[in-house]
Amino acid sequence: MAGAAGEQHGSVEPPPAIELRGVSKAFGLVQANKNIDLVVQPGTIHGIIGENGAGKSTLMNILYGLHRADSGEMYINGALAPIHSSADAIACGIGMVHQHFMLVPNFSVLENVMLGSEGGMLLAEGREETLGTLKKFADEYGMTVDAEVLVGDLPVGLQQRVEIIKALKGGAKILILDEPTGVLTPQEAVSLFKILGTLKQDGVTILLITHKLEEIMATTDTVSIMRQGEMVGHRATAETNPEELAELMVGRKVLLQVDRGTSDPGEVNLSVSGLGCVSPHGSSLISDISFDVRVGEIVGVAGIAGNGQSELMEALAGMRPPSTGTINILGQTITADGQSDPQIMRAAGLAHIPEDRHKFGLVLGFEARENAILGYHYSRRSGDGRLIDGAAVTAHCRELMSAHDVRPANPQLTARNFSGGNQQKLVIARELDANPQVLIVGQPTRGVDIGAIEFIHKELIALRDQGAAILLISVELEEVLGLADRIMVMNNRQQVGIITRAEADEQTLGLMMAGITPDKGT
Amino acid sequence: MSAAPPLPRWADLFLLPVLNLLAAFFVCGLIVLAIGENPITALGVMLKGAFIFPGSLGYTLYYTTNFIFTGLAVAVAFHAMMFNIGGEGQAYVGGLGAGLVSLWLAQSMPSLIVLPLAVFGAALFGAAWGIVPGYLQAKRGSHIVITTIMFNFIAASLMVWLLAGPLIEPGQMSPQTPKFAAAGQLPSMQSMLGAVGIESANSPLNLSFLIALAALFGFWVLIWRTRLGYQIRTVGQNPEAARYAGINVPRVVIITLAISGALAGLMATNEILGVQHRVVLNFTAGYGFTGIAVALMGRNHPIGIFLASLLFGALYQGGAELDFEFQSITREMVLLIQGMIILFSGALAYMFNPPVARLLARLAARREAANV
Repeated sequence: MAGAAGEQHGSVEPPPAIELRGVSKAFGLVQANKNIDLVVQPGTIHGIIGENGAGKSTLMNILYGLHRADSGEMYINGALAPIHSSADAIACGIGMVHQHFMLVPNFSVLENVMLGSEGGMLLAEGREETLGTLKKFADEYGMTVDAEVLVGDLPVGLQQRVEIIKALKGGAKILILDEPTGVLTPQEAVSLFKILGTLKQDGVTILLITHKLEEIMATTDTVSIMRQGEMVGHRATAETNPEELAELMVGRKVLLQVDRGTSDPGEVNLSVSGLGCVSPHGSSLISDISFDVRVGEIVGVAGIAGNGQSELMEALAGMRPPSTGTINILGQTITADGQSDPQIMRAAGLAHIPEDRHKFGLVLGFEARENAILGYHYSRRSGDGRLIDGAAVTAHCRELMSAHDVRPANPQLTARNFSGGNQQKLVIARELDANPQVLIVGQPTRGVDIGAIEFIHKELIALRDQGAAILLISVELEEVLGLADRIMVMNNRQQVGIITRAEADEQTLGLMMAGITPDKGT
Repeated sequence: MSAAPPLPRWADLFLLPVLNLLAAFFVCGLIVLAIGENPITALGVMLKGAFIFPGSLGYTLYYTTNFIFTGLAVAVAFHAMMFNIGGEGQAYVGGLGAGLVSLWLAQSMPSLIVLPLAVFGAALFGAAWGIVPGYLQAKRGSHIVITTIMFNFIAASLMVWLLAGPLIEPGQMSPQTPKFAAAGQLPSMQSMLGAVGIESANSPLNLSFLIALAALFGFWVLIWRTRLGYQIRTVGQNPEAARYAGINVPRVVIITLAISGALAGLMATNEILGVQHRVVLNFTAGYGFTGIAVALMGRNHPIGIFLASLLFGALYQGGAELDFEFQSITREMVLLIQGMIILFSGALAYMFNPPVARLLARLAARREAANV
């Protein structure tokens, strides 16, 4: 059990900070949590790891009172705690930092932290108190933030800091962090973990939810592994290793390294020069981007989310008209004055695996076979005649599903009912089926379980070796380093530079992602 | 948390509407009981009045025809996730289109030419009245709900002006056009059945009922078998994915509203070409609004819309019979009952969703437990 470390102290040991017994939760017919037991000792960092859909977030939402368990009991510091709302959770001394921040962007840091403890009719009292809180956190934990800055203007790492202060300001001694490093640069992540270490020394119990094995290994004391709604193991971090954790998560051994092979770049298939986009309001979304992608080559685009990568992808896919510069796909040029449209790009030989499959890549309420013709609904895939040929669409989708290992291989199943990995495989299957000469792919493995990641990476390498030019945009550095032959780094909506894979390591990329051009001299 | 858990398809399509209907009938039964009548007897009178009495089925299907058109109009827009509240105005203006063709051509042309043109005129004018809000939504971001409501008022004022002014029957005081010549009148069902040797009672049911059935089938083909329908549904369910797929979203929005308006406009074929044989004031009588409830209850599917239309048709006709049979049940009482049905199957359509989902989940869990 997770309590192994504490049990050696004998009878004087304090009760566990959190104890869950037999917690179950179902959403309709889906059993999200099955009979979960969990013990977390006070003043430790406890990791919870599992694939997407394993039930980690549901469990944390139950603990924080956002969901109500169907059965089971929760004990906080040894006492039975009936948590039915987040107010109950806060009263029990639990704070939570959500994956997507719950901040008001056009409020200042002070106003955001003050939210919920404004004091009386006038704000003066609340302001004083909140300023005190901010000072306390700055002094004791080194969590310095400027009180008067608008939260929307802060970098993500500092926004998260504000969230943590909000969660802890009422004296919470239990802190839940849901995928805290997903949006951070490596440097920001390091400083987050330093803060977590200080908090732990101060007696705060930290629950860290993540799918990143290396974070678990580097920061936690104990770790629990979830799979398909069940707790499948509790380990002391010192006594386990990433391979064992990965195996527990997916239930079988997986390959963490990508066998990239060697690339043999040929002629230029995709050429971008001086590309810029402006928003309808006139602000610059990306500017002055120039690069080539050759046949048989993967060019990775690294950068912190929100530095123009999405806009670059949309421009290349024809979803956002360029305002300056040119895009050249297999000799066909798209300029700022010309027409830009996803159908034109597809006709030119480009396929696009979008970075957000729920937002762009799929219509979740459609059947799989209907999604398999999205964007190709005018092509022969959907039938030769004026009407859509249902039988042909179904047969085609069945072929795609067996070729790309989409499970369950049921063309009539609604897209929503596939797991994240299989949804992504369906999108990839649809786009690769066009036999693209140029592929742009965004976050191919976001929210995808380890088994599917491996499969998707192999498919991309195989496509490269067949002679496609691939542009890969990902916020996962590991993925870019694992797949790309050359890497372009973006910062502040511009390109910082392009380096070869051999020149790249996490340190260099981290600096470039922060906008610092590498010193070529050394 | 607020999102209800998903229901199996059969439960969503059949169980929920039936439960809603039963709940509405139960509340209506209590009301009938409260005014001192026997609800079971009243239900019997309604059923007989809607289906059994001579000619009653014809009346029921005549009302059904109106609901099919306006229900389909709402449903097609709903597939593109737009709420077309303007069916009333589109049907009204559609009546103008049908009327102008019949007034203009029926004197000089045979009905084989006049009637198809008149039906087309109804659809065209209805479509035009839908396109404008569609354009404003697609290109200017004016919300479709607001603009279609406002267009109902514009249509009403326009028609009053036309019927009391330029189009009024010469020498008459009431605001209506002259009667169409015979070539501009849709044949009644009685005469059509009579032509093939079937005797039937007199009723306002006419050829437009067959047009409505064709529209149901056409709707199904459009939505689930054509590329346009595919685009409409994609725009409705995920406009961002539509953009990704290269679908011209504003164009689809405008076309959808045009189709929606055309379907609403076709309602005029029943009222104007089939029954009144002239354009009269307020012939739409709220059918355009009730179409919203029909589409909701029919789950935007042609079969559901047909059944919901039949139900509302039966309520209209059976309700009139109630009014006739019982001293204590007045016209207002009947409207109240109809309102209850709309309330439960329209506004509260998903009220029983959470408890039913919970019940089904519990049953599934028990079955699973029994199997282990």
